[in-house]
Amino acid sequence: MNRPLAIEMCGVVKSYKGIRVLDGIELAVKSGSVFALLGPNGAGKTTLVRILATLSTADAGSVRVAGLDVVRNRRQVRQLVSLTGQFAAVDEPLTGDENLRMVGRLAGLSSTEASTRASQLLGEFDLVDAGARRVSTYSGGMRRKLDLAASLVVQPSVLFLDEPTTGLDPRSRQQMYAVVRALVAEGVTVFLTTQYLEEADQLADQIALIDAGRIVAQGAPAELKSRVADQVLSLTMRSAGALADAVAVLGSRASPMPGLCVEVATDGSARDVRALLDTVDPGGLGLEAFTIRSATLDDVFLALTGRASAPALEEALHV
Amino acid sequence: MSEETLIAPIGVLAFRHASVLAGRCARISSRNLDAVIMSVMLPVMLLLMFVYLFGGALNTGGRYLTYVIPGVLLLCAGFGAATTAVTVSQDMTSGIMDRLRSMNVSAPAFLSGHVAASVARNAMATVCVSAVAVAIGFRTSSGAAQLLLAIGVLAAYVVAISWLAAAAGLLAKTPESANGFTFLFMFLPYASSAFVPISTMPTWMQGFARNQPVTPLVETMRGLLVGTPVGNAPVRGALWCVGLLIVSVAGSGVLFRRRTR
Repeated sequence: MNRPLAIEMCGVVKSYKGIRVLDGIELAVKSGSVFALLGPNGAGKTTLVRILATLSTADAGSVRVAGLDVVRNRRQVRQLVSLTGQFAAVDEPLTGDENLRMVGRLAGLSSTEASTRASQLLGEFDLVDAGARRVSTYSGGMRRKLDLAASLVVQPSVLFLDEPTTGLDPRSRQQMYAVVRALVAEGVTVFLTTQYLEEADQLADQIALIDAGRIVAQGAPAELKSRVADQVLSLTMRSAGALADAVAVLGSRASPMPGLCVEVATDGSARDVRALLDTVDPGGLGLEAFTIRSATLDDVFLALTGRASAPALEEALHV
Repeated sequence: MSEETLIAPIGVLAFRHASVLAGRCARISSRNLDAVIMSVMLPVMLLLMFVYLFGGALNTGGRYLTYVIPGVLLLCAGFGAATTAVTVSQDMTSGIMDRLRSMNVSAPAFLSGHVAASVARNAMATVCVSAVAVAIGFRTSSGAAQLLLAIGVLAAYVVAISWLAAAAGLLAKTPESANGFTFLFMFLPYASSAFVPISTMPTWMQGFARNQPVTPLVETMRGLLVGTPVGNAPVRGALWCVGLLIVSVAGSGVLFRRRTR
């Protein structure tokens, strides 16, 4: 028998107060893989994860996790999955150790087993020294680590991580990646949401792009990139006038960049690049320099949704 | 229903969850030192205030200390239970709720954890108030059986209004408004026979005072501790407790489902 898909969503619709947050979601995630749901703020990522983790119910459509219907077999599904949400689900007045032991006891471990498991997890997550301290004294990164540790007191077969690295410093982020990779090596299916294209690219076997409640693209990172263009031709113009001319002649293919730059997709062949250069700068006076780079997921997002993702825009504005 | 086959284990599970969560609530309460001091100091201050400040001016046909003890104990139960509304509401507005729900913790298990912690908090306050009462001269000729019954009556009231407070905690959108809800039943003992005889109240008030839950409970406890006649107070008191409990448990089930949509 084939292993069932870890996650299947068909025609999932969810509205809040008349607003469609999810609008016909179709998803399939293979067991033992990492799946990244990538999208800007407000795209419906959290709602989708909460439905998968049985904390919310869809208005229409079917949702199966580990082969079980999340509505009809809710209790069984809950025994197989774990969710680490955006807001740490830990008790602040209790210590890290007490939090983990409580979760262990709720999961059915004896108090000895729960304490053994708690110390083990504190060790794995680099929280041994903090274990005896109240969570209210923890930094944001420590809280998220403790929260994730709490989700792993009993190893789930599917782990949901809702924006696991938002607000983490680079070191904690790398630790989080290492944890995800180790879990996958043990056969856990990881479903994560993220606003960071690089994160999805680094971790995921499959990526789905979500925008305004719809999946706008789905596939392996390499596959998604190939659906747009392998390469990007980045042009630096000599003057604002030359830039305006270049943008005008490229039309919708142009992606304006900060400074006197504009980018355009290419297949990377000499013929295509030469043709593009001739189109943009027929007189040979307007172009200062050009480079060719591999497409990133930012480019994918732009090409598939017709607009830049929220974090990419934010970055462009700040830099 | 596909869940029918799981009913027996679910019962066991709920009990286990409730006991773990009762420990959690008790621990969290005990870490809030200000609240611990308040929950003991306030009833003791009230006892001293009633006995030494108001007591001299009140004629209840005997020693006022003896008259007021059941009322102060019930009043302090109200304060203790009120905390439940706030703690339930705090949990509902925090991320911990997701964790509990995804671990199959049921609404009754979650709320009975809070109620059990409330009973523990009240037990502590009751012991302190009783100790102070004995220290300032309260004596009872009741036997062990009557004392146990009196504790039972108090416990029944604490459980009933703690469940009511838990339901209020689910109804409130924020912990602050949950605190507001509790005003109602904290005020109830004042409009009962707890502190002054009902016959001294205005006529329009007497009907309410006679027929609200605290009066029959105060009368029952007074009977058990001091030996005054109780009439049908024990039956009415028991009906109130059972009624409040049924309404609160059923109501909190509905509210919990609505809040966790």
